[in-house]
Parts: sequence; structure tokens; C-alpha cells
Amino acid sequence: MVDIPEHLLLKTAEARAKALGISVEQALAEMRGEVKPTKIEKEPDIIEVSPVEVEVKKEAPVPATEVKKEAPVPATEVKEEAPVPATEAKEAPVTITKEAPAPAPEKSNGQIPAEVDFAPETKVTQRLLTVVKAKPIQKPTSEPVDKVNTWPHLMLPEFISLMAMTAFLIFLSAILQAPLLEEANPNITPNPAKAPWYFLGLQEALSYWDPQIAGIMIPGVIGVFGFMAIPYIDRNKDNKPSKRKYAIMLYTFFLAGAGTLSIIGILFRGPGWNWTYPWIDGVWFDDLLDWVHFE
Amino acid sequence: MKNEKIKFRDRIKDISSGLGDSLKESTLWGSIFRPGSPFRKGYSDSPRNRSYVVMNNVLYHLHPVKVKRHGVRLSYTLCLGGLSFFTFIVLTITGIWLMFYFRPTEMAYVDIQTLQTSIAFGSLVRNMHRWAAHIMVLVVFLHMSRVFYHGAYKAPREFNWVIGVILLLLTLLLSFTGYLLPWDQLAIWAVTVGGNMASYAPVIGAQVKFALFAGLEATEATLLRFYVLHVLFLPFIIVIFMAIHFWRVRKDGGISGPL
Repeated sequence: MVDIPEHLLLKTAEARAKALGISVEQALAEMRGEVKPTKIEKEPDIIEVSPVEVEVKKEAPVPATEVKKEAPVPATEVKEEAPVPATEAKEAPVTITKEAPAPAPEKSNGQIPAEVDFAPETKVTQRLLTVVKAKPIQKPTSEPVDKVNTWPHLMLPEFISLMAMTAFLIFLSAILQAPLLEEANPNITPNPAKAPWYFLGLQEALSYWDPQIAGIMIPGVIGVFGFMAIPYIDRNKDNKPSKRKYAIMLYTFFLAGAGTLSIIGILFRGPGWNWTYPWIDGVWFDDLLDWVHFE
Repeated sequence: MKNEKIKFRDRIKDISSGLGDSLKESTLWGSIFRPGSPFRKGYSDSPRNRSYVVMNNVLYHLHPVKVKRHGVRLSYTLCLGGLSFFTFIVLTITGIWLMFYFRPTEMAYVDIQTLQTSIAFGSLVRNMHRWAAHIMVLVVFLHMSRVFYHGAYKAPREFNWVIGVILLLLTLLLSFTGYLLPWDQLAIWAVTVGGNMASYAPVIGAQVKFALFAGLEATEATLLRFYVLHVLFLPFIIVIFMAIHFWRVRKDGGISGPL
């Protein structure tokens, strides 16, 4: 539930105190649930006396003024109506509303007695239940975007590219044989022994620097945790390339570095990890043997 | 004679279209395809039916009914994310097929030789599996670069980028574990070199390598371990992360941009 602001609470307490004739402090305490609330005697309402109720009153063999005290009336509302002379009630069912107070009893000389409250609207009876913060029903969260149906505008290009990939793969597999050398022999180490191509940039880096640097700092810190942390480091909210030149430059440097190292590792390293030219000494990477034929 | 031929053709046409109609009205057909599915009663092009094609399709898990116009352009994504997923599916299908003919024991090398020489399409399927694996590593990496250049990792997509990096790592691990399986000189030495690089990692490097290799060097125990990782463990993990990845793409507001 929403916390009710203090000034509203005080205002309500004052109104309640005025209505019930209690002190403001007590009203506040009641509203906070610390004290048992004062009973409200009468609820303002439209009072309608049905003919049946009037009849009950009619049968009471006492003067009209005494009905107020003794008559066993079914509803409290009737009590208010009691000062009305029985004869009047006999003629027509009387409907008493807030706007139309009943005729005054004779004993008060036409004046409305203070203890009989015929004008409930003089009491402030509303209570504060909760405060609803003002909010629009519909709030625009983003600009309207130009959208198209997924079918066919997205699914068709997807389907075509997927078919193209399948065709390319089958074509590639038909013309290029996957390498299969002699059976594995732990006793014969090929020279050079190369990792899978996606690790060759790393292997090349390891040939320059101490393993503690090239084997930990580069792949571990930069490669994994660095990459994961990118969105938390780059707090620039703009995604326009012109507004994020620094980020693009860094990533492009990384790509260029990794690409260069990988290509060197794949193509330009021969026995003993010495520099070779693939067009002179041949390719020293078995995965590529069937791809390129340099004589 | 000619007349009779035409009559016969018409009769066949009537019978087949009648069969098609009664099939489409059958309870079985109606239970397979949801109301509004284009397969249920045929497709006619209307905005309503365009929505139904997606909504009454299992693809609704992947695609919303509408997407941003700029994201549909092929030059925006180059379809790299979709192709990463597709190469994974190709690898799963060809990989399951290869499993019928492969034992991760001392027979591994013989099995690959037999596969290449004596089994119908064996060589083709093995080639497809290998080249698709290389292509997947490449495509996943290109996808990451595309996402970076579009700044698509920015809020609210930060965590999906993290999942993406995990997916790249898992792709590399899948490729690496598969590298050993042919059990030839290329496989064992490439994996040995890769494992040695892993052992340079601080504190846990040597232990990781020992756990991965089931010993100090690549043996037949390593082959079994890599096989289980390759065909069961890593695919299981990667599928979970892929599901989260795809779900987050939609929850984070679909494709990023426009630039």
C-alpha cells in the first residue's frame, strides 16, 4: 500500500475529529490503529421508509413523541423519523432524504433540536482509504517503430540464407576432403605441432612472450573476462558509430591483432616455429593441405 | 483416344483434389494444425494470415509477429545469428549420423577410415561435419563482431552479450573436443598443443588440463572423455544457453537499432 503523506493524514484526522467530536490526536491514533475507533452513530444515507415500517409504527399504542424511545422499530433510520406524527404517516409513506428533512416535532416549536441530526451533510464523513499517485493510464515508453510482418519479410530471407548455407556446405564437402593423417602416435611429434586454427593466434603469441603473459593475460583476462565486461565498461549509451569512435577503434585493433597473429600462425610458421613463406616452403598446416596447393 | 486421355486426367485430378479436401477436413489434420495455420485450410495472403503464419507455428518461440523494418535488411545482420544456430543444427544432425559409425576406443581411427571408404555418404557427411564446425566458429565470431559494431550490447542487452561470450567459448570447446575424435596425428597433436596452452592458466591450469585429458597427456582415456564432452555434455550446456540467449533477444526488445 502507498504510504499516506503526513499532511494528508493530518487533514483527514482533523476532519474526522471535527465530525466525531474527538481530539485530533485521538483521531490520528485511531487511524493508525493504535486505539479502538470511535463508533459512528449514524451513517448519512437516503432514508426510505417503506409502508410496512410505517405500519409497524402505526400499531404502537403510544403517543408519537414517545415512539422515539420505546417503539420496536426495525431500522435506525425510522428512529429519526419517529417525531413525525402518526397521523401523517398514516396518510402516505414518508420518504426522508438528506435534502428533505421531516417536519419538526411539536415540542420543539418548529425548531430542529440539536440532538436530532437531520442534515448529515454537516458532518464530514469521508475517510481516506489510500492515496493513488497520479499516473496516466497509458504511458508512452518509446517512440513508435516502423515494423513489418515477420512472415514473409524476415522468414523468407532467413530461409533463403539457410538454404544457401546448406548448398555451400554440401558443395564444399564434395570438393574438399577433411584431413585424415596416420593413426595417432604419441611417440612421433610432428614438426611443427599446431593447435586448431582458432588457437593459432594464441600459439603465435606464446612464441613471443612468457606463457604467464601470453597464456593468461591475453586469453584469460582480455579474451574471456574482458569481453564479458565490455557492456559494463562502455557506459556510452549512443550506438551511432560516429559517437563511439574510441570503442570501435579498440575493437578493430583487437581484430587486426588477433587476425594478424592467426594468419602468421597458420601460414607463416614452419618446422621449429620458424618463419616460412607458404608459396616457397609450402603450407605447414594440415587442416589446409587440401585447400591450397602451393608448389 | 485423345478425348479419353483428357477425361482420364480430369478424373485423376478430381479424385486427388477430393482426397486432399477430405484429408483437410479430417479430425486428424485439424488436430495437427492449429486454427489459422496456413496448412490447415490453405494460405491466402492477408495481414491477418501473415500474423497467423507466425502465431500458429512453433517458430513463434523464436520470432515475434512483427519485427523492426531495419532489422530485416540482410546488410544489417547478415543473418549471422541465424546462421550460427543453423550450423549448430546441421552439426547436430550430421553428428548424430556419425555416432552410428564411431567408437571412441582404439578402434576410432579404423572407424573413420571405414566411414570414409565403405559407408554410403560417409565421406560427405564427415566433411560436412568438419567444415560446418569451422564455419560455426567463424560465424559465431563474426556475429559477435557485428553485435559489437552496432553497439547492440548496450542497455538493456548487457547480459545477453555475456551469454553470447559464453556461447562463443562453448563453441570453441565443442570444436576443440571434436578435433581429437578422428584419432590421427593431426588430432592428437593439435589437442596436445591446445591442452598445453590451457595448462598455462594461473592456479588451476594444470588441474584443468589433468581433468580434461584424464591424465597428463592425450591417451585413449582422453579420447573417451572428449567424446562424452563433445556429444553429450557440451551440447546440453550450449542448448540451455542458446535458449536463454534467444529468449533474451526478444525480452530485451528484439533487434537493436536502428543506428
